[in-house]
Amino acid sequence: MSLKEKIRQEMPCQDPQVRRANFDEVALGYTEEQAVKEAARCIQCKKPKCREGCPVEVLIPDFIKAVAERDFAGAAVKLKEKNALPAICGRVCPQESQCEEKCILGIKSEPVAIGRLERFVADWEMAQGASATEAAPAKGAKVAVIGAGPAGLTCAAELAKLGYAVTVFEALHTAGGVLMYGIPEFRLPKAIVDKEIANLRQLGVELQFNVVIGPSMTVEELMNEQGYAAVFLGTGAGLPNFMGIPGENLCGVFSANEFLTRTNLMKGFRFPEYGTPVKLGRKVAVLGAGNVAMDAARTAVRLGAEEVTIVYRRSDKEMPARAEEIEHAREEGVQFKLLTNPVEIIGDENGWVKAMKCLRYELGEPDASGRRKPVAIPGSEFVMDMDTVIVAIGTGPNPLATKSTAGLELNRRGNIVADEEGRTSIPGVFAGGDIVTGAATVILAMGAGKKAAQAIDAYITAKAAEAAN
Amino acid sequence: MYPIVRKEILSASVKLFDLKAPLVAAKAKAGQFFILRSDEKGERIPLTIADFDREQGTITAIFQEIGAGTRLLGQLEAGDAVLDVVGPLGVPSEIERFDGPVVVVGGGVGIAPIYPIARALKEAGNRVVSIIGARNKELLFWEEKMAAVSDELIVCTDDGSYGRKGFVTDALKDFYEANKDLQRVWAIGPMPMMRAIANTTRPMGVHTIVSMNPLMMDGTGMCGACRVLVGGETKFACVDGPEFDGHLVDFDLALKRLTIYRDEEKRALAALEHHHEGGRCGCH
Ligand SMILES: Cc1cc2nc3c(=O)[nH]c(=O)nc-3n(C[C@H](O)[C@H](O)[C@H](O)COP(=O)(O)OP(=O)(O)OC[C@H]3O[C@@H](n4cnc5c(N)ncnc54)[C@H](O)[C@@H]3O)c2cc1C
Ligand SMILES: Cc1cc2nc3c(=O)[nH]c(=O)nc-3n(C[C@H](O)[C@H](O)[C@H](O)COP(=O)(O)OP(=O)(O)OC[C@H]3O[C@@H](n4cnc5c(N)ncnc54)[C@H](O)[C@@H]3O)c2cc1C
Ligand code: SF4
Ligand code: SF4
Ligand code: FES
Repeated sequence: MSLKEKIRQEMPCQDPQVRRANFDEVALGYTEEQAVKEAARCIQCKKPKCREGCPVEVLIPDFIKAVAERDFAGAAVKLKEKNALPAICGRVCPQESQCEEKCILGIKSEPVAIGRLERFVADWEMAQGASATEAAPAKGAKVAVIGAGPAGLTCAAELAKLGYAVTVFEALHTAGGVLMYGIPEFRLPKAIVDKEIANLRQLGVELQFNVVIGPSMTVEELMNEQGYAAVFLGTGAGLPNFMGIPGENLCGVFSANEFLTRTNLMKGFRFPEYGTPVKLGRKVAVLGAGNVAMDAARTAVRLGAEEVTIVYRRSDKEMPARAEEIEHAREEGVQFKLLTNPVEIIGDENGWVKAMKCLRYELGEPDASGRRKPVAIPGSEFVMDMDTVIVAIGTGPNPLATKSTAGLELNRRGNIVADEEGRTSIPGVFAGGDIVTGAATVILAMGAGKKAAQAIDAYITAKAAEAAN
Repeated sequence: MYPIVRKEILSASVKLFDLKAPLVAAKAKAGQFFILRSDEKGERIPLTIADFDREQGTITAIFQEIGAGTRLLGQLEAGDAVLDVVGPLGVPSEIERFDGPVVVVGGGVGIAPIYPIARALKEAGNRVVSIIGARNKELLFWEEKMAAVSDELIVCTDDGSYGRKGFVTDALKDFYEANKDLQRVWAIGPMPMMRAIANTTRPMGVHTIVSMNPLMMDGTGMCGACRVLVGGETKFACVDGPEFDGHLVDFDLALKRLTIYRDEEKRALAALEHHHEGGRCGCH
């Protein structure tokens, strides 16, 4: 055991200078040799701390052991016992604050690269061709899933495996939710999402696009007129927040959602072959420092902006984005203006952004979130020249389905109130993902979808038993 | 796919489609819109539901060919289909019974979206006076349909080639002089026209509703492209509107925001016309 490598296997990546000009995936994935070597670093803890850090408790030591033994098929089976979409999670989970944060090796050296191994196994399995998953015998009950994001897709898959007839209703013209319209191709290739959706179809799940629950059809109608025994709401986050400062409706100020959706979902980077344009100036400021902000900044680089700057009012320690994305953004030339916050966006005579007035900040006492609270420095005002501002400071809940469902309890912010299992205030109506938690993570949304599927099964089974008595 | 069951050419640049979209037809109400995407590479184009037939499961859209997206759409024929149709979207018009006349004003293609509102107001038992206008006779359409749901119909053309010569605002002013009990005005048309109507009714103190047509994408409140400033507050037209109090809308800003993609739109049109730049002309 003394030969254990201290340092983890590095992820092969596209060269920063090359990738700045393309939308291809940045991280290329481990080779088999690298994966086996990295897996051998795991000391197979009796009480694996890593699992405690994973929201869905992936059988981490077990799948890693199989990788170390070159049993990749076995690793895939272990992995998928708890995680239905490992190719996605391996790429987008904030591992450094979840599984890898808890890994025991992290104390003395570097934690095992659990996410990279997860991705390796999932990609290996996909390359072998889809393995047919068998569905249980039909239960004869229908369930409606609203929203085809990670929460809805996971819930649908679980229910289909349990034998339910599942229909997913999605407002947009394609499935995937944020995986499709938000997270860019260079971080999560859309072909991977498409494969997962194809798997879902194989399980017999029906997908109906262009249906906005609320205006097109209500939850009540689904249950009372169309015979759905239960409904799962996975409608996610929507409604982008703006800062409430002067000038934020000027031409050239976009929400990250708009900018990313135009680029990813509508393929604006291939305009005019594709009809939807993306607008970008030379000097771009991105407000915020989460994953959404990094994605917007790196997309701006790829679309040819000369100068892209992340503007964030806390320091680099507080940036909520995945560590890897921040590092990649830096490598690609994104600038960071930290401890800085805009107070006004200044326009020219035609109503276009020309500059941004900002204040500098310093860190004060810790706030409720435990992070040190940024405090404005009096008199520190300065002006940055800018022609595009992309706002990535969070989103509120998508309101269309919730507003139209009478009796559904919402919290102050408009998120659905649901218990651990996804039960809402209406019997038979379940919810999970960002619509419950507020903007969170893919793995949490998936975990919620899975738990809700089990609760839905229990609910329908109990109701059937009741009816039989 | 959503088949085009009927196409009508209303003028050189204005076309009508009846689209098979049962889900939208079943729920459509006056004041709402839908979004369509003609093909895999197309934009999501918002259009008002100008009419609907719940039994046939069809909706009617009338659109003006402005840029590349609507031009390509106009090339489709009855029997063709569009890839996506989603709706109904937006908040329906508030229709109630008023104790006095109401006026609906439709300018240009705005005649199409004003029609279902006039009809709903008429069905609710109101005295409906409709004013429709266009630059010239050739651009007018649906005069008979409008007449059928109005107690009085005033037709204006800018050049006097048909009906009353002059702007819809003049007709509205005259009507108000003779009918001071005017209760409410709805105005739909190009933004400068809606702004002119709002400016006309402001001194009268008559509540005026306009239907905003900002740039949109998802239409579900997700992207914020459609934001408009109303009474100093930022609103999302697709979920908070598209109808707003015309006296509170910041039209200057709204007009500027329509120009955001002007250069790109020109590029798309050029690509379409000159068959280059990988334009969606089908020749590459
Ligand atoms: C740019 C970006 C980058 C991110 N990066 C990461 C990352 O690296 N790692 C990570 O873990 N998380 C990341 N996240 C967060 C993560 O994507 C979300 O937490 C997750 O997608 C939530 O899943 P969901 O299923 O709850 O909702 P969503 O993914 O939002 O899906 C909801 C779906 O419901 C549909 N819908 C909404 N209303 C209706 C209705 N009324 N009727 C029908 N359909 C409806 C929507 O169109 C959408 O398709 C990122 C988010 C963004 C925006
Ligand atoms: C709620 C709503 C309802 C609408 N209803 C109708 C309708 O019933 N009939 C109809 O003909 N049009 C309607 N519109 C406008 C229509 O959506 C646009 O004309 C269309 O999207 C333009 O697409 P394009 O690709 O052809 O033009 P683009 O190339 O995108 O634009 C060309 C020019 O048109 C302007 N423009 C772009 N979008 C709009 C817009 N939304 N409104 C006004 N000007 C615009 C641009 O500033 C540009 O100068 C509606 C818009 C909204 C938001
Ligand atoms: S699902 Fe995410 S948190 Fe869990 S083991 Fe995989 S990468 Fe880590
Ligand atoms: S904590 Fe680290 S070393 Fe221990 S089992 Fe988990 S991954 Fe392996
Ligand atoms: S069109 Fe995207 S929020 Fe209104």
